[in-house]
Amino acid sequence: MSGLRIDHVGKTFGMFEALTDIDLDFPSGRFICLLGPSGCGKTTLLRVIAGLETPTTGRILLDGADITGMPAHRRGLGVVFQSLALFPHLSVGENIAYSLRIRGADLATRRRKAEELLALVHLPGVADRPISQLSGGQRQRVAIARALALDPRLFLLDEPLSALDAKLREAMQVELKLLQQRLGISTIVVTHDQREALTMADIVVVMDHARVQQVGPPLEIYRNPVNAFVADFIGTSNLLPGVADGQGLSIDGIQVAGARPHGLARGSKAAISIRPEEVVVHPAGEQGPNRLPAEVTFVRDLGASVEIMLACAGRELLAVTSPRERPDVRVGDRVVLELPPAACVVLPS
Amino acid sequence: MTDRRPRGLPARLPVLWPAAMLLLFFVVPFGIMLAVSFFHQVEGGFYEPGFELANYARFLDPFFGRALLFSLWISVLAAVIVIAVAFPFTYCLTRLRRSAQVPFLVFVLAVLSLSEVIIGFAWSTLLSRTAGLSNLVAWASLIPRAQAWTPSFGALLMGLCYLGFPYTVLILYPPLSRLDPEIPEASRTLGASPLRTFFLVIVPVLRGPLLGALIMVFVFNLGAYLLPQVLGRPQHWTLSVHITDQAVFQSNLPFAAAMAIFLMLFSLAFIGLTMVLGGRQEAAR
Repeated sequence: MSGLRIDHVGKTFGMFEALTDIDLDFPSGRFICLLGPSGCGKTTLLRVIAGLETPTTGRILLDGADITGMPAHRRGLGVVFQSLALFPHLSVGENIAYSLRIRGADLATRRRKAEELLALVHLPGVADRPISQLSGGQRQRVAIARALALDPRLFLLDEPLSALDAKLREAMQVELKLLQQRLGISTIVVTHDQREALTMADIVVVMDHARVQQVGPPLEIYRNPVNAFVADFIGTSNLLPGVADGQGLSIDGIQVAGARPHGLARGSKAAISIRPEEVVVHPAGEQGPNRLPAEVTFVRDLGASVEIMLACAGRELLAVTSPRERPDVRVGDRVVLELPPAACVVLPS
Repeated sequence: MTDRRPRGLPARLPVLWPAAMLLLFFVVPFGIMLAVSFFHQVEGGFYEPGFELANYARFLDPFFGRALLFSLWISVLAAVIVIAVAFPFTYCLTRLRRSAQVPFLVFVLAVLSLSEVIIGFAWSTLLSRTAGLSNLVAWASLIPRAQAWTPSFGALLMGLCYLGFPYTVLILYPPLSRLDPEIPEASRTLGASPLRTFFLVIVPVLRGPLLGALIMVFVFNLGAYLLPQVLGRPQHWTLSVHITDQAVFQSNLPFAAAMAIFLMLFSLAFIGLTMVLGGRQEAAR
């Protein structure tokens, strides 16, 4: 079987549980993002896959072969570390060709491969430079080239763009995705930046408290979060608490229809999740289904979009609209919010 | 804008204070020693001012040449052994959890608090025939009977290594603690075994601190004068012992001063050579 299988993996450090029953299956050639807040276990999972940590329970299978007990230096995986971990005593070319030197490749082969990889990451002609003479973005590319020198079966990156400034990070996200598509290499990236995950990933794994919360394509996770944590962590989400009823949820006695998950009993506490761009602001008095009264508390015109903060059912809500569709509202106006049923996801509390 | 930088004495104090200390405790004593090294030795007396090269001419005597070469040889050898033992020790120590490091560091610091006298006589007892370790080895039937392992070259070498070990650990501990743990991990993911990682990455990355520790232990060994007398035979006496002998027992201060200057020049030349070679390797990269 081709691809990576993480078979009920658990990892504890003393009394601390870093990973709890992680069970995932990734087909070959995909770009996967492990996404979650600090301390959720995503880096530990990457280190277990790389062979830098041994799982306490479970197995890691790569292309059907059990690699759980295989030491890191025999796995043949490319890893880019958060600190990049470039060798300061070696030149750029020597860093990239380090794995070839370990395998006994001659100098000419090493030199040729280093030049090829530098061209691949758009950094030609720097092979003889010391690492200290490179900028942050250039070091990033060298670290990627070094990890690719082995022609790895799996490419692992631990928060690779976290040290870069916002503009360069955005550019590198696109570049990394294009590189992965060109090489067709299975890639796993650890990140806490949901925007980064949505830009690059074919599959996003959302983690929290050592567990996988949701796995799926980015848009699927964005549109249909399975719980309040995912809804809140991926993008911005409005959460309105209520009580589950036949159609969806009852909020302050008003029926709001929405997709209700199986097994959520009538009368149990739940919340409606709706994205800010789905909320429609109408003038007060507007009638219709799935509508709630609200009051405008703040309006922010950002040029490309308009953000309207609203007080609704004792909660603060955000509505985002384009300048062209901007409703004529001011702070203190009473309005009616329309929550389209198709955009409402009912989540258990 | 008003210039509020301090003027006068307060402004110059950061330079004047160390300069005064250096002058008082290094330049003046060194000047006196240099002058004395050219003075005339009075037979059966002390010395009288003068300028003669007789004290330096005595280095042509093979006895003192041998003592100088032996001093350099055993100092280098002990320094290399200490680094070879202390570097992996410190590396492994820094990989432990902080709480697990504490007992080891306390032990190393405890050894550091022992004086050269205590260390010398402790090893002298441990290596003796009557109360020494050889009794244990004989009891284990590894040797036919207990024997004296001191005085000997091996005993002196062991004593010097023991003396230099805690200093070396303390010098290497800060840079090894600061070493990014992802650097050796990167080497491993690129296919190098832990042993190859140690020699191909960790040692070269920490070449500067290693060189510094090597020079420190070498200079330290060169100055040892008690251990060679306690653990070595007269042929194992280093130049420091001969300097003490000439200054204290033979009352020949001019010759002792000449030897001290000679030893200092040699050790400076060695340190310079080591640094030049180290710098050349760095430039070659």
